[in-house]
Amino acid sequence: MARYDRAITVFSPDGHLFQVEYALEAVRKGNAAVGVRGSDTVVLGVEKKSTPKLQDSRTVRKIVSLDTHIALACAGLKADARVLINRARIECQSHRLTVEDPVTVEYITRYIAGLQQKYTQSGGVRPFGLSTLIVGFDPYSEKPALYQTDPSGTFSAWKANATGRNSNSMREFLEKNYKETSGKETIKLAIRALLEVVESGGKNIEIAVMTHKDGLRQLEEAEIDEYVAEIEAEKAAAEAAKKGGFCFIILY
Amino acid sequence: MECVFGLVGKGFAIVAADTSAVNSILVHKSNEDKVMVLDSHKLLGASGEPGDRVQFTEYIQKNVHLYQFRNGIPLTTAATANFTRGELATALRKNPYSVNILLAGYDKGVGPSMYYIDYIATMHKIEKGAFGYGSYFCLSMMDRLYHPDMSIEEAIELIDKCIIEIRTRLVVAPPNFVIKIVDQDGAREYAWRESIKSPDVSMA
Repeated sequence: MARYDRAITVFSPDGHLFQVEYALEAVRKGNAAVGVRGSDTVVLGVEKKSTPKLQDSRTVRKIVSLDTHIALACAGLKADARVLINRARIECQSHRLTVEDPVTVEYITRYIAGLQQKYTQSGGVRPFGLSTLIVGFDPYSEKPALYQTDPSGTFSAWKANATGRNSNSMREFLEKNYKETSGKETIKLAIRALLEVVESGGKNIEIAVMTHKDGLRQLEEAEIDEYVAEIEAEKAAAEAAKKGGFCFIILY
Repeated sequence: MECVFGLVGKGFAIVAADTSAVNSILVHKSNEDKVMVLDSHKLLGASGEPGDRVQFTEYIQKNVHLYQFRNGIPLTTAATANFTRGELATALRKNPYSVNILLAGYDKGVGPSMYYIDYIATMHKIEKGAFGYGSYFCLSMMDRLYHPDMSIEEAIELIDKCIIEIRTRLVVAPPNFVIKIVDQDGAREYAWRESIKSPDVSMA
């Protein structure tokens, strides 16, 4: 199999594109990121690995806005992310210039995914090593949306999703606990999913909330701590009510 | 016949422009907004070839927005003016834009400023300026009546005097004008001066 992973343009005999799969490995090593879509709110959360003491953490923004109504979080190679985000921002403005309309979330997702796919079918280049979670509100319908792309260039819409480190655990949690939420409940669901895999506390997670009216807002550390405290209290209350051990489902 | 003029006052800048969209002897509309709000604290008043005007000013606006998304902070007025001038200069010896521009903005710490950028990429930082046939009258009025640090009321009075002068003395004077202002609270429309109201056509 090693012969088929050197150049991206080569399929392996059993139909794999190894470079793409290796890129997905890079994503799996990246920081955890989660996105949840509510009825009037979309929330993005990322894990903040411990910042070195001398680093100015304000320059490490993991949730970025592509336009006034679109935001993006990603897991994987951050340098690749910079390039992709830059191209997406240009496309957002270019779209506004040519058709005098802001992009829809699906349009910009399709654009980013298209870029990622291009780099799986060219000579001498490697795929982008990141998966993105794109949230936003469509300009005229005002409906919230959440999309995910990956290094292969596939994309789809989600009610809630996670990527990066331990994304499977987060996704399982979301599948079990997802319900239609709005406002603060959406934020709490996102934080709860992140807390499954991240050390608890406001300084370890970064949360950004987008509403149609107010655009993107990054939550302050203190605010996140408040939510975390609420969640822990709710958890404790639920535990006390259950008054018992955990249920294990053992898979063979 | 297009007139764009403006001045810098105490803590604000004003840009006024006529609002006629004209093609030889036909007036398409009398409420064409030629003063674009570039971003939260910038105004771009433009006159010239209608196609070029819209094309160029929208291009500048989207690039100013892109800068803000890329860098998290807005461009300064001076930087915007230099960027605009640069684009005009680059296009000049290939496909020149026939657009004259008055760019006004408010920057924290610097205050209000105004830039005169003409179609052959001349740029000057000015306190008062005007383009078009109306400039013959406006500049003279402003030379006589302008003084630094005017209040908003004084400035609007001067703008109105310029408009009256244009209406009285210019043979094909545009009937309506729009006045926009930019200060520390942002760029916004201040008033319209209409002597001909566009009739509302009821759909039969």
